[in-house]
Amino acid sequence: MLRRSLNRLLGGDERRVDNRTIYIGHQSFPVNEAFIPPKFCDNRIVSSKYTVWNFLPKNLFEQFRRIANFYFLIIFLVQVIVDTPTSPVTSGLPLFFVITVTAIKQGYEDWLRHKADREVNKSTVKVLENGEETSKESEKIKVGDIVEVTENDTFPCDLILLQSSRDDGTCFVTTASLDGESNHKTHYTVPDIERDLQSLSATIECEQPQPDLYKFNGRMHIYKNDQEPTVRSLGPENLLLKGATLKNTQKICGVAVYTGMETKMALNYQGKSQKRSVVEKSINAFLLVYLCILVSKALVCTTLKYVWQNKPGQDEPWYNEKTQKEKDTNLYLKMFTDFLSFMVLFNFIIPVSMYVTVEMQKFLGSFFITWDKDFFDPEIQEGALVNTSDLNEELGQVEYIFTDKTGTLTQNNMEFIECCIDGFQYKHRGACSELDGFCVTDGPVNKLQQKAGREREELFLRALCLCHTVQVKESTEQARSQGEDCIDQVDGLPVEDEALQPPQEERGFIASSPDEIALVKGAMRYGFTFLGLESKTMKILNRNKDVEMYELLHVLNFDPVRRRMSVIVRSRSGDTLLFCKGADSSIFPRVRQEEVERIRMHVERNATDGYRTLCVAYKHLSEEEYAQADEGLREARLALQDREEKLMAVYNQVETGMNLLGATAVEDRLQEEAAETMEALQGAGMKVWVLTGDKMETAKSTCYACGLFQKRTELLELTVRTLEDGGRKREDRLHELLSEYHKKAVQDAPPVKAGGSRGRFFGKQDYGFIIDGPSLSIVLSSSSESNSNLYKNLFLQICQNCTAVLCCRMAPLQKAQIVKMVKNCKGSPITLSIGDGANDVSMILEAHVGIGIKGKEGRQAVRNSDYAIPKLKHLKKLLLAHGHLYYVRIAHLVQYFFYKNLCFILPQFLYQFFCGYSQQPLYDAAYLTMYNICFTSMPILAYSLFEQHICIEFLLKNANLYSEVAKNAMLRWELFLYWTLLGVFHGLVFFFGVRFLFGNPALQDNGQVFGNWSYGTIVFTVLVFTVTLKLALDTRHWTWINHFVIWGSLAFYVFFSFFWGGIIWPFQKHQRLYFVFANMLSSVSAWLVIILLILLSLLPEILLVVLRKPRGPYARKKKMVQSSEGGLQSPRSPVRPLLMRTFSDESSTVI
Amino acid sequence: MVKEKKKSPDRPDNTAFTQQRLPAWQPILSAGIVIPGFVLIGLAFIGIGVGLFITSRDIQVLEMDYTGTEASSDCNKCAITNTKNCMCSLDFNISTLFKGPVFFYYGLTNYFQNHRRYGVSRDDSQLYGDLTNFKDPSTDCKPYRVDSNGKPIVPCGAVANSMFNDTFKLYQNVNGQRNLVPFDGKGIAWWTDYNVKFRNPSVEPLKNAFNDTVKPLFWTRAVYELDFSDPSNNGFLNQDFLVWMRRAALPNFRKLYRRITEGDYKEGLPAGNYTLEISYNYPVLRFDGRKKVVFSNVSWMGGKNDFLGIAYLVIGSLCVVMSMVMLIVYAKFKFPEDN
Repeated sequence: MLRRSLNRLLGGDERRVDNRTIYIGHQSFPVNEAFIPPKFCDNRIVSSKYTVWNFLPKNLFEQFRRIANFYFLIIFLVQVIVDTPTSPVTSGLPLFFVITVTAIKQGYEDWLRHKADREVNKSTVKVLENGEETSKESEKIKVGDIVEVTENDTFPCDLILLQSSRDDGTCFVTTASLDGESNHKTHYTVPDIERDLQSLSATIECEQPQPDLYKFNGRMHIYKNDQEPTVRSLGPENLLLKGATLKNTQKICGVAVYTGMETKMALNYQGKSQKRSVVEKSINAFLLVYLCILVSKALVCTTLKYVWQNKPGQDEPWYNEKTQKEKDTNLYLKMFTDFLSFMVLFNFIIPVSMYVTVEMQKFLGSFFITWDKDFFDPEIQEGALVNTSDLNEELGQVEYIFTDKTGTLTQNNMEFIECCIDGFQYKHRGACSELDGFCVTDGPVNKLQQKAGREREELFLRALCLCHTVQVKESTEQARSQGEDCIDQVDGLPVEDEALQPPQEERGFIASSPDEIALVKGAMRYGFTFLGLESKTMKILNRNKDVEMYELLHVLNFDPVRRRMSVIVRSRSGDTLLFCKGADSSIFPRVRQEEVERIRMHVERNATDGYRTLCVAYKHLSEEEYAQADEGLREARLALQDREEKLMAVYNQVETGMNLLGATAVEDRLQEEAAETMEALQGAGMKVWVLTGDKMETAKSTCYACGLFQKRTELLELTVRTLEDGGRKREDRLHELLSEYHKKAVQDAPPVKAGGSRGRFFGKQDYGFIIDGPSLSIVLSSSSESNSNLYKNLFLQICQNCTAVLCCRMAPLQKAQIVKMVKNCKGSPITLSIGDGANDVSMILEAHVGIGIKGKEGRQAVRNSDYAIPKLKHLKKLLLAHGHLYYVRIAHLVQYFFYKNLCFILPQFLYQFFCGYSQQPLYDAAYLTMYNICFTSMPILAYSLFEQHICIEFLLKNANLYSEVAKNAMLRWELFLYWTLLGVFHGLVFFFGVRFLFGNPALQDNGQVFGNWSYGTIVFTVLVFTVTLKLALDTRHWTWINHFVIWGSLAFYVFFSFFWGGIIWPFQKHQRLYFVFANMLSSVSAWLVIILLILLSLLPEILLVVLRKPRGPYARKKKMVQSSEGGLQSPRSPVRPLLMRTFSDESSTVI
Repeated sequence: MVKEKKKSPDRPDNTAFTQQRLPAWQPILSAGIVIPGFVLIGLAFIGIGVGLFITSRDIQVLEMDYTGTEASSDCNKCAITNTKNCMCSLDFNISTLFKGPVFFYYGLTNYFQNHRRYGVSRDDSQLYGDLTNFKDPSTDCKPYRVDSNGKPIVPCGAVANSMFNDTFKLYQNVNGQRNLVPFDGKGIAWWTDYNVKFRNPSVEPLKNAFNDTVKPLFWTRAVYELDFSDPSNNGFLNQDFLVWMRRAALPNFRKLYRRITEGDYKEGLPAGNYTLEISYNYPVLRFDGRKKVVFSNVSWMGGKNDFLGIAYLVIGSLCVVMSMVMLIVYAKFKFPEDN
């Protein structure tokens, strides 16, 4: 009874329980509990979808879930079941082809996955069992096994680190294959574990597997000889993730906690949600139209058939009697099957091959992005990366760009510029820097020569040396060569001389954020060198070349909400100190107010100059205080639930009442060609919004420097500061401001013509809008629903009329909110997000197109992006050239496909009126099948891969060409109608041209007559030639491939027709086309009519091309003049020279 | 490709292809090319059009309806009654020499030889002389596959069953005498049909191959009795049969019946009075059809067809006119980049 309930508790309900209990080494315990081994999944990784047995059904099922495939399957089944005009082969063969190719491709990919899985699963690992090392296949690892891993091996499952060969109980790990961050991360062993793991008897309680790579909560109970079990908390720093690699450590032992499909890597394996492009939506809309055409054609034919049959003598003339079965069938059933037959006959109007061609175009086309050497960045030795090829054309449709600031607009390459201690400025640069002239008015600068007290100074520098998570790098080989590179750079740029560190110092540090290194190096410049962290002791080399030792008691990690981090250390003398650094806004409220004023001025000035500022504070902890803090921290860390919240509370409690020491300023330079890129993007009619977590001042100066804001841009500010101006309720003020700005920017402004930036050239007033996080949240979540909508609308309207928008102090989620808001506003514009850090992931995922920069803040952005590029400047070519071309290519591809199938099927439809609505196909089955597969598919594919209607250089030079295809311009309904009418026109010409010719079917000089198959073949020949030549007319860029494919297709058609008609095919029941084609070519009239009809069909096209042509280049020339005018004007910004070189940023990403 | 990438890690190949810089021809349809081009095409078309037009005009055609719907017609008696072997005649007059070789067609209207159900109803293997299909004709032939006794029909199917079976004899009336105009029944079917696509079973005598089969329901004679006089025109190789088996494209069609190439009429039909004697067998009134006979001579472009000539002329002149218009437009607006 008891056992059963226990069972239920532990076994049956295991899934629902929040925690799992793991017995290390599968030992049972001297506890009175019945030991029931819980069931966990084994360590087999299954990334493959199929097995040999279920491949066929499962794959087919997957494939037929696609609506297009399903449609064709239905058509095929109808053909099999109902007596239809065309044999099932005509639609079955293409479908079979598509399905087979896809199945082979997927099967191959799955086979590769199987292989990779097997490699992983069958690799041998060392497992400690009963004190002996045994080798096991990786897949046989069970939860609770103790696994040994040696250097440079990857972890076979998620492990809790128990033992490390390093003395300090740490090990280093790179997670390059998980999140792409190649720096070394330190992980710690669980404290108080005996060296002899054999005698270790402990259990681990931890949460059920969850995909977040950076979260882990657990608790270890260690049992020692009947003592009360000791409890240790486990966090992500104890967890070694499957897929990560052990570095700089000989070997470690760990206990498996999550295995197989429950590892964090496997849980993260799911694909991203699919984004769909506008073109795809257009295709679906067009498809619907064609489906309607198809159904109405079938309906018309069915109706007319029965009307016609009602006339006496027509239904069943004596020469064409019905079979008994047909006579017996119910009339309505007959009507229905007739309808289906017509559907089948006309179904080619929706071609299965279009999907294949579009897929192929996208897949192959995306290679041009990866291949582009302009995207190759020699620094990181990488080019562009395409994560999805579905969105190529979307790159040509972007209307809004949301860009991150740090690492995207700026380089995220930090350099320590100055610091201020107790209000005194310490500046390492030469005094002649132009900055000083600018700052003369600043009070404290006058005290430049004065220095703060030596004690304060040293305390400040110690704080910089201690308050961080930087590691000292041990291997030096690679670093040395890097150092040499640096020397070269120094020679080349003597001005930067002092800014760069001497090479041997350069190599030393590893940290996850570049500011930290900059700060440590900054301290080094003033004589305090951080030597490293060894078994909880931090060593510092002070100015007197003495080594100071500090015991590291706690690290209060950085997080973006607190925007600060702290360390608690104990000095040799026994003092317990807390050092804290963080953003001004998060430090100032926590220090004594009289100290703030002295520093604030510096911080604000530095921020205006575009530097990233951090404030440093410290606090003496008395014994009681420390004891209290220590207990609080330990307790919070042991908590299994709400650990983050509890920790946060303790952190906040500890980090109070501090003394402000000073502030630092770190420079982040602008990315190469950031201003040029922004100008080009704006010139292309895109609106650039900067979304940053940084301070307004810093962000604003960046915007000026990139030319997003110009001197004459009038800035409309909606920030906490402006909101609190009037001293009234924020929301009232918000309403007032919004209406005021709305009046200014929207109502009074002349209506904006296409392209937001054009106005600039014609002297229109420019507006820039600035909003910060808190204000945005008021706008978005106002107290009442109606107000909120009103604000949102006002806000959006204002923003739409501004040339640039700056949103500062944004939380990652707010960034996504903004993107979502713009995405869903009227006209649903196409948005693009670009960023490099983890804080940009949400907006990258939210936007239509997400671009990751392969920057320094890890690889999360790149992993979650659709495209990744090494630098911001590459965005210009990616959008203006690649995007534009892809869009034009695929738009043409889509229109052309619909067109060619319309004029393919229309004659067949018209023929029904002449054959008693009997579903007689006009073309032979082979032609019906091959038309889309062989005769006309390759030229359009080649076109859609190689076409450059305007050459790339010209596209790059003339950004405004981009706006010519904006708003899905080439797939608008007008153009669709044009193509449809063209298709109808061609179809009519083909059919009736031949119809008139067949007024007298004696077309040969020997007086013999042509039959129905000759009729169809002539129509088909005209069709293939016209359709191909129409494409040739549209091709502006004839590479040898285009020549080969276009003329090759036509030659193939002729060759095939001879071949097909030249043999009595044994498998065919009817030898319909035997010598029909050859006979056709022996008739002069047939030749003449073919030439005539081709020319007649193409005549309007040629005329259009000719008449449109002069307008094209002419307009382009004009535009070139325009844009060069703009180009001359824009750099004339007086703010720029100063800000050109400075850069700035974001205190939000300290770590 | 994967292998290549491994060799030179990540650096993209700098080839014209990968960089989208393949040398390319960029056609520019400038006025300098297009206007002369249009004029040339236009003139060529007009030339061809004139040629076609004249050729077509010179072709003589004599078309006569002999269905017998009007009471005045001699064939009326055959049309309304359903007598077998009904003979009627059609008198006509040729005022000038009808240049030879003269082709004699019969025509049917409102006859849907292009009906799907009709067209499918045949067995090409049988017609290729395959004896297994003699015993077991293709199911496509339904409902003309087997007769009521279950005996297979050869040739089976609706197409064969409905073969046109009126026969014609043409006499010239010279001084009250009737001179038979000799017909040539050869070379009226496609060469490939006669020589490859259709074959008699290689059984001697031919008749034996058709044991245990029946002739098509509407036929009066079996297929091996179509031409006693000429074995090479008998059975499936009978040219009338071949002509019929090639389905017409449209419901109003004509098919070649005979050529007049021999004897006194080699140079054509001289002016005079003629009588066409018709063995009227084929019923068409039931489906509101008409029967015609057509005398025509042919040229290099085939039979008379005004459409082609006129179309060429129209489009040719359209091209010329358009080039004129373009010339004016260009002269007026002088687009700077057109040199």
